[in-house]
Formats: sequence, C-alpha cells, structure tokens
Amino acid sequence: MAIDEALDQRTQVNDFAIKLANVNGTGSASANSLLMQAIFRMGIPVSGKNLFPSNIQGLPTWYEIRVNKTGYTARALSYDLVVAMNSQTYAQDIDDVRRGGYLIYDSSWPLDPDLERDDVTFLGIPLAKMCLENFKAPRERILMKNVAYAGAVVALLGIDVTLVADLLAETFAKNEALRDSNQRALRLGYDFAMENLTCPLPFYVEPMDANSNAILINGNLATALGCLYAGATVAGWYPITPATAVMDNFIALCARYRRETVVSDDPNVPDTTRNNYLIIQAEDEIASIGMVLGAGWSGARAFTSTSGPGISLMNELLGLAYYTEIPAVIVDVQRTGPSTGMPTRTQQADIMMCAYASHGDTKHIALYPANPNECFDFAVSSFDLAEQFQTPVFLLSDLDIGMNDWVVPELHWDDSYVWDRGPVLSDEDLSRMSEFFRYDSENEDFVAARTLPGSDEKGAYFIRGSGHDKYGRYTENPPDYQEVVDRLKKKHAAAAPHVPAPVVERRDGAKIGVITIGSCDLAVREALEELADAGLPADYMRIRGFPFVDDVRQFVDEHEHCFVVEQNRDAQLRSLIAIETGVSTEKMHPVLAYGGFPLSAQQVVENVLAKLEN
Amino acid sequence: MPSITKPLIPLSPLPKNDLGLTIRDYEGQMSTLCAGCGHDSVTAAIVHAFWELSTPPHMIAKLSGIGCSSKTPTYFVRGAHGFNSAHGRMVPIATGAIAANRELTYIGISGDGDSLSIGLGHLMHGIRRNVKMVYIIENNGVYGLTKGQMSASADVGSRPKKGEPNRLAPIDPVTTALSLGATFIARSFSGDKEQLVPILKAAIAHNGFALIDVISPCVTFNDHEGSTKSYKFTRDHEVKEVETDFVPIRAEIHAKIPSDGATEVTMHDGSVVRFRSVPEGYDPHDRMKVQEYIRDRESRGEIVTGLLYVEEDVKELHEMNGTPAGALAKVPFSSLCPGAAELTSMQEDFR
Repeated sequence: MAIDEALDQRTQVNDFAIKLANVNGTGSASANSLLMQAIFRMGIPVSGKNLFPSNIQGLPTWYEIRVNKTGYTARALSYDLVVAMNSQTYAQDIDDVRRGGYLIYDSSWPLDPDLERDDVTFLGIPLAKMCLENFKAPRERILMKNVAYAGAVVALLGIDVTLVADLLAETFAKNEALRDSNQRALRLGYDFAMENLTCPLPFYVEPMDANSNAILINGNLATALGCLYAGATVAGWYPITPATAVMDNFIALCARYRRETVVSDDPNVPDTTRNNYLIIQAEDEIASIGMVLGAGWSGARAFTSTSGPGISLMNELLGLAYYTEIPAVIVDVQRTGPSTGMPTRTQQADIMMCAYASHGDTKHIALYPANPNECFDFAVSSFDLAEQFQTPVFLLSDLDIGMNDWVVPELHWDDSYVWDRGPVLSDEDLSRMSEFFRYDSENEDFVAARTLPGSDEKGAYFIRGSGHDKYGRYTENPPDYQEVVDRLKKKHAAAAPHVPAPVVERRDGAKIGVITIGSCDLAVREALEELADAGLPADYMRIRGFPFVDDVRQFVDEHEHCFVVEQNRDAQLRSLIAIETGVSTEKMHPVLAYGGFPLSAQQVVENVLAKLEN
Repeated sequence: MPSITKPLIPLSPLPKNDLGLTIRDYEGQMSTLCAGCGHDSVTAAIVHAFWELSTPPHMIAKLSGIGCSSKTPTYFVRGAHGFNSAHGRMVPIATGAIAANRELTYIGISGDGDSLSIGLGHLMHGIRRNVKMVYIIENNGVYGLTKGQMSASADVGSRPKKGEPNRLAPIDPVTTALSLGATFIARSFSGDKEQLVPILKAAIAHNGFALIDVISPCVTFNDHEGSTKSYKFTRDHEVKEVETDFVPIRAEIHAKIPSDGATEVTMHDGSVVRFRSVPEGYDPHDRMKVQEYIRDRESRGEIVTGLLYVEEDVKELHEMNGTPAGALAKVPFSSLCPGAAELTSMQEDFR
C-alpha cells in the first residue's frame, strides 16, 4: 500500500497507544490484558482500558493500551496501531488510526477496498486461516485467533516474547492442553509477523525499570482489600455493574483470610471451620443498606458496594443512618446515568447525590479516590470516619478505576494501625455514669458516645428515625428538634480536617488554577504539562474528601480563573464547591467530559484553551 | 406525646422470675395508642412471655418499622435495646443486627401495612434466610396512623369506615409464609392472651424465623359492622383447634405433663412445645396438610389460630454461614486483619 512519505514515521520508544477492536464474548480480553501485562513486566509505564458493552456476547468491545515512559497513561485519543478484529466496526476502527499509523486486520477474507486509507499502513494477517489449519475444536479456533494476533503485536512492538510465553505458562499452569494451544497460537502470530512484516514498527517498547515497586491491580480489588484490612465483618449487597467485583473479591478474600480452623477437643469430632465474616446477597439495595445499618448499630464494621442506581434506592435509609447516627460505609463505583444509563461506561455523576443523599437536611462524608492505591487507603479511612463520626461514609470510585487494571505503587499496610471505633461506652463506663442519654454527651467533634445492643440496661435506648431530642426521646418540639439537627450540621463540618486533604501542586508563574477529582487525575496532570509547555502554567488541586477544608475556598480565591475538570454534564463538583464554600461559580469554569469513556488530556487542553480564548 | 413514663405503682408483693425481676421490670413506656387497641394486648403478652422466660432485658433487641404497631416496642421491656426503623425495612435492619451480634434475642413488631405491602419483599427474604428472630404482625387490616385506608390483608367485601368495600383478594401472611418455607408459623388473636403467651415463648425458643400473625383489631378505624378484622368478627369466626403448651427447659424436670400421645416438638434450646390438641389427621410438620386445613377452614369463613406449623431441624442464618458462636462484632481485630507481611506476599501475584 502506498504511504505518504510526509506522514509521521518518527521513532517512538515507549510512547504510543494501541487500540484493539473485538467482539465481546470471544475471549479477546485475556489476550489483550496479556499484552498489557507483558509491557508492565518490561518495566514500562502502561495502562489498559477496557471499553466494553453491557452485553455478554456479540457486541463490539475495545481495549486500549497506552504506553508512556513519563507515566502519563490516561486515555489517548490518537492510536498508532489499531487491531481490527471486528468486521462490524471496521469503518470506525480504520478511521481511528492516526495518519501514518498502522492497522492489523484478518486477511483470511479480503478487505472492502472502500475502507482503505492511503495514510495508514494495512497489515494483513490470515489469522482465521492459520487457526483453522492449526486447531481442531471450533471453540479453540475462535479463542486462539486472539492469542495469534497478540503474538503478531508482540513481534511488531518489540515485546519480549519469552516473557509473554512465561505469562501464558503461569496463567495455564494447571491446564497443559490449554497451555500448549496458547503457546502454539502465540508462535503462529509471532512467526508470521517476523517473517512477513517489518518488525518492529517505528514505535516499539524497550525495557525500563519504572515498575520495580509497582503492581497491576484494579480498583475494585483494592477496595475489597481495604475493607478486609479495615476489619469489616458484615456486608450486604446486590449485584450491579460496575461494583459487583468489589464484593466478589471481598468474598474470595474472606474465604482465604477469615477462616479459622477450630480444633476439636474430642478425637471423635472433626475440626470445624469458623468464618469471621457474614456476607449477604440481599433482595435489593434497600435491604443491602438496611443490613449495613443493623450491623453498624450492633458494633460491627459493615459495608455495601453499589453504583448510582443502588444509591438512588438507598436514599431513605441513608437519611435514617444520618439522623440516628449509625456508622455505615457505602462504596459507589460510579457508572453513567441517569436511570439505567450506560452500565459499562464511566462517569462521576453521583457527586451531588452522595453529598446530600436522602430527604430532609442531610449531609454526608465522601471520599474520592483517584486510583486503586487510594481505593485501598480510603476504604480503611472510610470505616474509621464512619465510626468516629457515627454516620454514613461514601467511597466514590468509578468504573475506570474499579474495572481497569492500573499500574500503581505497591499497597502498604502499617501493622501499628488501630481501628478507631469512635466513642462507644462499655458497661464499665456506664457504671460510672448516673444516667445515659444517646445524644447528650458530645465530644469536640460534636459526636455523642453510643452504646451497643447487649450493653447494660442503663445503656439501653430506643433509636428512632422520628423526631428526637438530645436525650434520644421522641419530640415534636421545635427547639429540641433543632438542637439535634444543628449539632449534626456541626458534626459534619468537623469531619473536614479528618477526610483526605486535597492534593495541591503549584507551578511558577501560574495564574490559573485547575481543580479536579478522582480518576481525572492522570489526564489532568498530563494536560497541565502540555499547557505549561504552551506557556500557560497552572496550579493544580485534586479534591479527595467532603466536607471541604478551607484550603479549597482559598485555592479558588487565589486564582483569577479556575477550571473544574470532572466527568459529568452538570458540573457537580463545581456546584458543590460553590454551595459549600460560598465562592462564586463565575470564577470556576467547567471542563466536562461525560460521554462515558475515561478522560484524556487532549479533552482538557482543548477545553481550557477554548474557554480562555472566549 | 408518645413517650410518657409509666408510673411505677408499688403493688407488693409482685412475684419474681428466676432473675429476681417482677413483671414491672419488663414493661415500657405508657402506651399512646387508642384505648382498647388490640396492639396493647399484644404488648402485654410480650411482657409476660419475656418475664416468664426470665430473659435478661438487656439481651433483648426489639425492632419495628413504621405504623401504629411499630410504636409498640417502646411499651415493653424498657431495659431492652430498641430500633424504630423505616416503613417496611425492619427485616433487613434486624438481619444486619443479627449478623453482627447473634447473642441477643430479637423481636420485631410490624403491622399489615409494614409487612404485607411496603415490606413484603423483605419479609419473604427474611423467611428465606431463616433469620433467627420473632416476627409479629399486628394485623388489623387497616392503616391506622394515616387514618383508615384498607391494607393488603383486608378481606374481600370488608368495609372501611368510609367508602367502598374492599374488592381485592387479601395477602394472608400465614399461607404465604407456608409456601415460602417458613419454619415457624402461628396465628393468634390479641384478645386471647392465654393462647398468645405460649406461642410467643415457643417463637422465642425457635431456631429461625418465627412468624406470628396476630389479629389485633383497630378500635378506631376497623372495628365496625362489616369489618372482618373486628373483635366481634374474630371472636365469632375463630377456630382454635390447634392448641399448644410451652414447656421451658428448666421447668421440664418439675412439670408433670401426662403422656397422652400428643405431638411434642423439642426446640433448639431444649425446651418443648406440646400440641395439646389438634384436629384429627393434623400434623404441624406437614406443610401441605397445614395449608390444606387452613384453606379449607377459610373457605367456610373461619379463622384458624394456634401454632400451626413448626420445623426445628433447619439451620438458621448463622449456622448456614459457619460464623462464630459469639458475636461477629466482638471478634478481635487481630483475627480480622491479615497484616503487612501478608499484603506484601499477596502482591507478588499482582505483577
């Protein structure tokens, strides 16, 4: 095929993006993550983003790999190589290749000449034919096509093939037949590329040493690990994409780490297993949060994991928890709304709902992790905060963090950690008191000590979602009612210095400020680098918790213009900052991406520049 | 003013239970329900049952949803820990509490609106999980607190105080529970404490979800001519052919119960439920027969009461999950957190 000589053919080492277009349910996911994992093992910063449909089999699905030696691995919108394995989306996928880029297609069948582009190099590999000749079982012929194209990509990008072979050997350690098939398929693709194509392409990988302290992990696993390490014993949940894997992982971790063998004293009675956890798959999200409240009331660390639709259902009981002051942890792995929305696409559109969930005057504590590391750390903090402040705490992850594999520094645990159970009175404490009233003895954070069911009669009280005074008694008397809700407001504000502080990074000469949240982090940092290169240095602030500390207001005040980058239509973070700090929304220009795919730096740069021009 | 402290009038000498407590020690606040409300009689029966069983008050957790019935936990056992939750949501909250601490005795009070409409799904799943708790439906066929709307348990033709007679078929908690596999099902009448107290005691001893449907007339909105949940209608149509006694464990040695071939069920804790009289061919272990008997009586316009079905050898929630014998909430942190070294070694697999 003719190539325009003027097209970009510069050598790019460890700096490129590829896109793999597949049909879902054909086994492509494991081949794609194999490539990502191999690049990770070569010590190179890399990300893999799965852009998948809400479907089991037959619809288009894509996987994107971004390799970037400086660590900017947010989604790229320009693809150096596209592997087009889905004839339904050929046109779109061919269109996605950058000028001067490359496209791999299955040349077992001729390509429609109308689809050809003269600014793209088409690399035909007879994948179906090769697999037909080399494998017998129909299912295997489909599955092995994936590993075969992965083999070709390994050759074309200069990925260490021995390393890939080792990975396959590890994955299929227990299944010799599958291991052999996979190794053969890898070689088929690899050898074909080496013999028939120019390898490597102008963009390729070279080993680095960036990952010696890094791991490959998704946010949902990291969150589950956080819940395990925090000592959560009770969980209520209902299946929902993209949060289901939080509980799947928690169940698996509990089975591994929370089972104690109770040795029998009687030689005739076998030893038994004791499970230090109880996870209940509930009938709906209302029941899930109800179970969490019951367990929290009774003194267990309890949580639920859900997504936006689940939070909608939980609203009533979240108000009950807020008003009765029961600790609860709610993991919200955000997806695209409203309504069912796009369940397999990402968004940050539950910021407002979670901040004020439920009817009446309610305010909650929320934590906003940006990556799996923070999912782990903030999950633990969520349980501490929930008990310290006796209130629901939201951990707002999203689909991008939760379901994609991220290269992040190793997780750390400090064995000197002591769980903060908040003010809880023991029977001994009660014995020293003349009388106990539930909401009477507040501490410096406006939190009153509680008793747990089963404590001495003196500590018994009747918890109620109906109007109550500071003694916990039913009331319809305005001053008595107001006294309690006013304290709740102060209690919420008192949590501000205890939630993770905002991350602030300043640049010399910066006149503008960029504020963001959660998974926007990497794309925004990359954008700030580009803006600085273009002569527009900007200060950076990433919000990590709600309620806000005063630094948030100060940051906005200090800058003539601020941009608030977030993934929702209505600029929810911007509104929340304005409502809670009193700063004017006019000072904060929204930069919004809400189509459902993870944010890219390009979107941020373009938006900021366009707004500054106006 | 729903929290009026009950005056403690010393009526000595009051008998004491094994804990040295009098019945007064099992009472709660003064009821603020309408005079003559069936619910107050249920409250009195609960007070009696716990006192007679000598359950330590602080080891009782009493929960409810929303509605007239759900106010009643304030009226019994003031030393118990209470949770007045949200409309229809008591079962999930109780389930979570029980998951965290199985050491307490749990009793939930609900009404027909709370249980059979807004909370029906939760009730069914509580039954399905066999959560160990007593679940009482104070059933009056009407929404009292919102002033007289018909509920899902109202019978066809039953007439509200104002408006048209009900045309929709009722949801019967007893037959519903039977079909769901509930392990303890009883129906009683608030006007019959003699029947209700032993049923309550058996329910407390039961190893699982114990459902008691108590017909408890609403004197204000559903006790008139034309109502099928009135005192008069219930008294006229009640069939008490299934009669039981409850024999607590410690009394077993002293009590001399004649062995007359009556069916006995040994409860999980060793106490015994004796079926004093049952209709011919009736077997409280045979789900199909019980269903058939109730349906047959129902077709004749009769309301069957008594401890109707019991199955004691089914595992409850905790047994199904292999949790510790004590409270999960009391498991020390050292048994819950795998620690730093394990985190490091586990992450070898994440490379």
